[in-house]
Parts: sequence; structure tokens; C-alpha cells
Amino acid sequence: MDSAVPTPLALIAELTHRCPLHCVYCSNPMELDQRINELPTDAWARVFREAAQLGVLQADFTGGEPLARPDLVELVREARAAGLYVNLITSGLPLDEARLEKLVEAGLDHLQLSFQGARAEIASEISGTATHAQKLRVLKWLSRHRVAVTLNFVIHRRNMEQMEEMLAIAEASCATRVEFANVQYYGWAFANRENLLPTREQLDASQEILKRAQERLRGEMRIEYVVPDYYAKFPKACMGGWGRKLMLITPSGEVLPCHAARVIPGIAFENVKDRNMREIWELSPAFQKFRGEEWMQEPCRSCERRAADFGGCRCQAMLLVNDAAATDPVCSLSPNRNKVDAILEGVAKLPAMVEVAKTEWLYRLNSA
Amino acid sequence: MTPDLNSRPRLAAGCRLNDAKQQPRVLLMPERALRLLGPSLGIVARCDGRRTVREIIGELQKIYAKAEPQRVESDILGYLELLNDQRALDFIADDNSSGGSTPSAASI
Repeated sequence: MDSAVPTPLALIAELTHRCPLHCVYCSNPMELDQRINELPTDAWARVFREAAQLGVLQADFTGGEPLARPDLVELVREARAAGLYVNLITSGLPLDEARLEKLVEAGLDHLQLSFQGARAEIASEISGTATHAQKLRVLKWLSRHRVAVTLNFVIHRRNMEQMEEMLAIAEASCATRVEFANVQYYGWAFANRENLLPTREQLDASQEILKRAQERLRGEMRIEYVVPDYYAKFPKACMGGWGRKLMLITPSGEVLPCHAARVIPGIAFENVKDRNMREIWELSPAFQKFRGEEWMQEPCRSCERRAADFGGCRCQAMLLVNDAAATDPVCSLSPNRNKVDAILEGVAKLPAMVEVAKTEWLYRLNSA
Repeated sequence: MTPDLNSRPRLAAGCRLNDAKQQPRVLLMPERALRLLGPSLGIVARCDGRRTVREIIGELQKIYAKAEPQRVESDILGYLELLNDQRALDFIADDNSSGGSTPSAASI
């Protein structure tokens, strides 16, 4: 065992790519895994045990929509039995209170309910489905069960003005944590970028609301905020650094360092069906590719921030400048920052609110 | 918020210690894990909804008898406040006080 390899903290389990929603910013790849290729229950159970032995503390069940798996209760039970803390990241569809109760009984620790806005109209437009009323029903059921609840509001140009209303929904619920997550621009979101990127004014206003809410609700609710990094001065420490803290398993069992890693050409990802988790984490070329600092180019290589942000996001470098080893172009020190600035200048010229009928969304497709 | 000495702290929903066989001991909570060393484990393990803050302080003052008692008390209160800011604790109010139990405790 190589002692220089860090211990992963969390396992992101994409249980399925199937989903009743069609969100225009979905983080799933454009090429979705099919149901017939999904890992069966016992394969996931083995993955949870191997992950726990490797030192992983938490499992994030996500998708697609994890509720689309008929064996979800069993998967929660298996992950808990392996010693993991179980998070369920869900849209709340399809769910009824009896199934929620079974999930909690099986050991679900934390449920993260995603919202597309504070009102039904925007939620329907963004998700291409009528979902808002169901989410409010799920919130009511949650107040009757012992499980931690986070409300996750995905924010962007079209719904940022609703942040106060989103807070009101959270305050009226049993949630102890709220996440305002700006859309990150990969996959479907990258394709819909022009219609989603907020303006600088919107961003500043949202951060004012955030600051006031955090002060007012201190000790009652944890409020977190994910910035849209196109506006940042320095890049995000994407995934806490490549192959340092997180690993993601796709519905068919491929092990990835992040959600979007498949956009990087020339990397072969290993599958849990062929090798155990420790070997994949420690030895697979995919995890070693951007681990450490050897791969870095200037200005990262000699930058004093390199141990804080690890050069930013490899997939973003790939998407924007076609070189996965380049400094993340959102960084103000990147020679390619002008590409991001040009995108933002385009956004500044657009009106903040576009009429629904005039927006041409590319809706996420569903997997077979 | 400084915790009320007569309230009984307990871990909030979705916050729990990992298994006693696992090392290091950590407090697991939504999107976070807090590593617990010596005194912090002693505090968290006593947040069981039965002991009052005052009792927790008393027990730890005996265990850390060499430390200044006032210092032990202020460290514990500071740590409980930090955990509360993380929403890792619910404080069940003293039964004899006018407040009754907290809403979060009552809903369980």
C-alpha cells in the first residue's frame, strides 16, 4: 500500500441515470447509462463494504433519481451495515410516506431535497416536469421522521430573485441546512449556459441575501452557498483535489474522480466489477493522472495557491481550452481567463429576465 | 447562543458518532465529519438527552481534575455552542422551566 495516497472521505453513488425530471442543468453526462447495465444490489453492497474498509465515511446516493431504484431501501440498509453514513440526494419523486418511513427505518441519515425554484412555474420550466407540489408534500412528511434534512436550491439567472422565498420555504420546514448551489457549467448546463449564467449584479445581490440570512439564522440553520466559479478570482478546489477525497461510481460501475471526468479524452476508467475499490483508488491510472502536482503547468506549478485549489477543475480546463492539464481558465492568473471574460461580457448584455416562451432550453433526455 | 446549564443536549437528527470499533472516532453529520479527540469525544458522548449541560460539566471537571474547573466549563460551553452552530445538537429545555421541550425535540 502506498502511504502517500490520501484516504477518500466520501463515495458518490450514482445508482441510476433514470429520472422523472429533465433539468436543463443536470450533472449527468450527455451519454446516459441504461437500466440494463446498472449494478445489481449485491454489487453495490460489496462496493460499500470495500469503500468503508478503505476509510470512506459517507455515501452520497444520487442519480439520476435514486428513488427510481426499487431496491433503494435495501441499498440504504447495506450501506449502513458497512458502517457508512447515508445521504440521499433526491427530487422527491416518486415517493410516498410509507416508503420514506422504510428508508428512515433502514438507517437513512440525511435527505437532501432538491428544488428548482420557490414557485411551481419556474420549477416546471427548469425540470420539464410538474414537481413543486410533490416536494412540498415530501417536506411535510419529513417533519414526522427522524432524519436530517437539507433543502438544495439550484440557483441561476432565472430564479435568483426568488432566494428570499426559497428561504421562507426552508424556515417553515424541518430542514436544518440549506444549500444555495449555483449551477456548475458541465454537461447539460454547459449546453444551456447562455440562459443560466447570472449577471454580476444578481450574484452580488444573492451574496447580500446570503450574508443576512446566515447572521439571522445562526444556530438554527446552516446555510451554505456554492459560487458560480466563472465569476471567481480563483478556481474551486474541485472535488477537494483530483483523487484526494472523493470518488464517484456510475450506474454501470465505472469509478471516476468526478462527475464530469468522462469529458477528458484518453483516460480509461476501471469498473468495480473487475477490481476492488482499494486498488482502483490507489493504483488506477485514472486516479493517478492528476493526483499530486507533477502534471501541473505554469502558472500552477509555481503558484503558492496550488495546495489550496489544486489548479482548479480539470474538466473545466478541458471544456474551455481543450487541455485537461491547463490551469483552470476561471483563474485570474490563467493565460486563458479572457475566454471566460468573453462569456461573461455576453451575459452582461442579455436582459436578466427572458420571457419563458423565448428561451430555447435543451432538456436532459431520459435513459432507456 | 450560550447553552442553558439546565438544558439537556442531544445529537440532532442525522448526527451520530461512528461505530466504537472504527478509528478515528468522528461525529458524522450532513456533508461533514468532525474528528473527535480526547475531551471532545467525552463531551459528544455525553450529549444523550438525559444529562444536563451542568452535569456534563461536573463529570468532565472530575475527569480533568488537574485543569482549572472554570476553564473546563468555558471550554465545554464553547464547544457546545460550536456544535450548535453546526446544527449538530438539540437542547431539550429543563422540564421545570416555562419553555417545555423544544419544538425540534417535540416533533420526534
